[in-house]
Amino acid sequence: MRESFWQKILKFYLPLALFIIFLLFPFYWMFNTSLKPMKELYNLKLNPFYIHNPTLANVKTLLFETIFFRWMFNTFFVAILSTAISLSTSLLAAYAIQRLKFKTSGPTGLVIFFGYLIPPTILFIPLATIIFDLKLWDSLWSLVLVYPTFLIPFCTWLLMGYFKSIPKEMEECAMIDGASRLRVFWRIIIPLCLPGIFSAGIFAFTLSWNEFLYALAFISTTESKTAPIGLVTELVRGDVYHWGPLMTGALFASVPVALVYSFFVEHYVAGLTGALKE
Amino acid sequence: MAQVTLENVSKHFVSKRSTEVVAVRDFNLKIEDKEFVVFVGPSGCGKTTTLRMIAGLEEITDGKIYIGDRLINRIPAKDRDIAMVFQNYALYPHMTVYDNLAFSLEMRKFSKEEINQRVREAADLLEISELLERKPKQLSGGQRQRVAVGRTIVRKPQVFLFDEPLSNLDAKLRVQMRGELKKLHERLASTIIYVTHDQVEAMTMGDRIVVMKDGLIQQVGRPLDLYFHPINKFVAGFIGSPTMNFMEGKLLASNQKLYVETDGMRLRIPEEKAGRLQGYVNKKVTLGIRPQDLSKASSPIEGETFKAQVEIIEPIGNEIYLDVKAGRDSLIASVDPKTKVNLHEEILLQASLENIHLFNVEDEKNLL
Repeated sequence: MRESFWQKILKFYLPLALFIIFLLFPFYWMFNTSLKPMKELYNLKLNPFYIHNPTLANVKTLLFETIFFRWMFNTFFVAILSTAISLSTSLLAAYAIQRLKFKTSGPTGLVIFFGYLIPPTILFIPLATIIFDLKLWDSLWSLVLVYPTFLIPFCTWLLMGYFKSIPKEMEECAMIDGASRLRVFWRIIIPLCLPGIFSAGIFAFTLSWNEFLYALAFISTTESKTAPIGLVTELVRGDVYHWGPLMTGALFASVPVALVYSFFVEHYVAGLTGALKE
Repeated sequence: MAQVTLENVSKHFVSKRSTEVVAVRDFNLKIEDKEFVVFVGPSGCGKTTTLRMIAGLEEITDGKIYIGDRLINRIPAKDRDIAMVFQNYALYPHMTVYDNLAFSLEMRKFSKEEINQRVREAADLLEISELLERKPKQLSGGQRQRVAVGRTIVRKPQVFLFDEPLSNLDAKLRVQMRGELKKLHERLASTIIYVTHDQVEAMTMGDRIVVMKDGLIQQVGRPLDLYFHPINKFVAGFIGSPTMNFMEGKLLASNQKLYVETDGMRLRIPEEKAGRLQGYVNKKVTLGIRPQDLSKASSPIEGETFKAQVEIIEPIGNEIYLDVKAGRDSLIASVDPKTKVNLHEEILLQASLENIHLFNVEDEKNLL
């Protein structure tokens, strides 16, 4: 039986619309706020969903009165490096746990997973001591080093599931064909795992991009801050919230993540569901 | 090309509950140069494990394996100079057919021209030349099979290993590929070890067949030797289709002749064979008759015919399978397609006495 037009609207389009509104509302609010002058923001008599006197003053404040570009660069620097470190480590770890059946491969996988379960709020105190000892305090390198502590466990688990979906015979065949373990990894496993690697990479990149706690704890110089920390610490002065530039910064900072997602969304889904198309 | 020798080869696994499982036990076999040997047996009999040990994909717990004169126990798979076709083909999905064929040559650092020449040669031989630019997912089952075979022949290895390569194909294609593989063997004149659970495949393809069960070799022999002279009840039942009929019976002597008597029949043992059975008179035995050794008789012959009730009639075309009941025993007879029978009719069946088998009840060894 075919569903009628109204049924379809009720069952499909209406929930979908609600969901989309729920998801996109924060972006709309950021966008809305970023284009409003301060006066309008605090005027409760005006309709808050509409911009009466659009202005670029907030953008100007953000770009020229703070070192927003520097923060963005810092965030990129940290996110890309920690993603690269995490991916390369997790690839090797996941492969070893999944395929080199050494005696403790099962427990190792489990321990890595438990590592992921420890919350950063507990970890940042001991990590701070280590960072201090390494003389990396207030340096971006501290974040590059610390982010993989939570990225590697998750990426490893994600990739383990992915490696599992690759038929073992394919590797065995390559070995009989004359490839060494590393060659097999490079020529067979990596190309077949690209969707999984993409999704792990996107995940790692997003997490490091948005990370707040460690960045707040380990970085104090304005020039070394990442975007999430820089915005909150420099645009909230005392108890004064500079909503306009703050929201503009939040909007700009979310653009790269949104771009990364939309470019690789297909791979991302395929990676999470572990689908290997033969 | 080379011979393959297995000496007292065993394989033990430690299962998840840390109990030791013996997959292959004391395997001894000498495979001659250019021979086509088939390992056959039910699943879990150790045939694939044995093949994987030869391939170097499985460690050998005990014993020695030689290819030619070279002991290969500790030599890694890539240096054994073997090639293997897997059950699911294991083609590399991200590479074209050409790259799939070229992979092993690339790994061995052949020159570009040499690779190109060898790939084209193999593709010609297998009639897949027009598929070289495709990816595996764009191929049909039969084409994938060819690519998998092609991948092994480009390298011209000493030994080819096949692990149930036809089991993913439909029935018609399987018969066709069977013939092609056999032709290929002739053409390449190479040593082939082929694993299957399908006794028809084993019978039609192998120069020699190794029947395995529970990790042990039951019998090694040429196809028809296994068919006519199975060493025990297992081999007798495994080889041949439909399977051999088995009935509980007793060996009796009367008038200086030996008879085997079951619930519904009494068959005379041919005199030249009776000598071997002297020790078993008045003892229980298992009688085995192949369906093809039964035919419809018009009149009773003492010690050769017996009465049977027809329960199911299955016309195959070139023969008719009759499911009949003789006394308490159910058996299948494969009779001439022109035979006239009716359902539930009582008919006379004649057994070809030279071809009946008797098995010891305890160790199931063939007594004849």
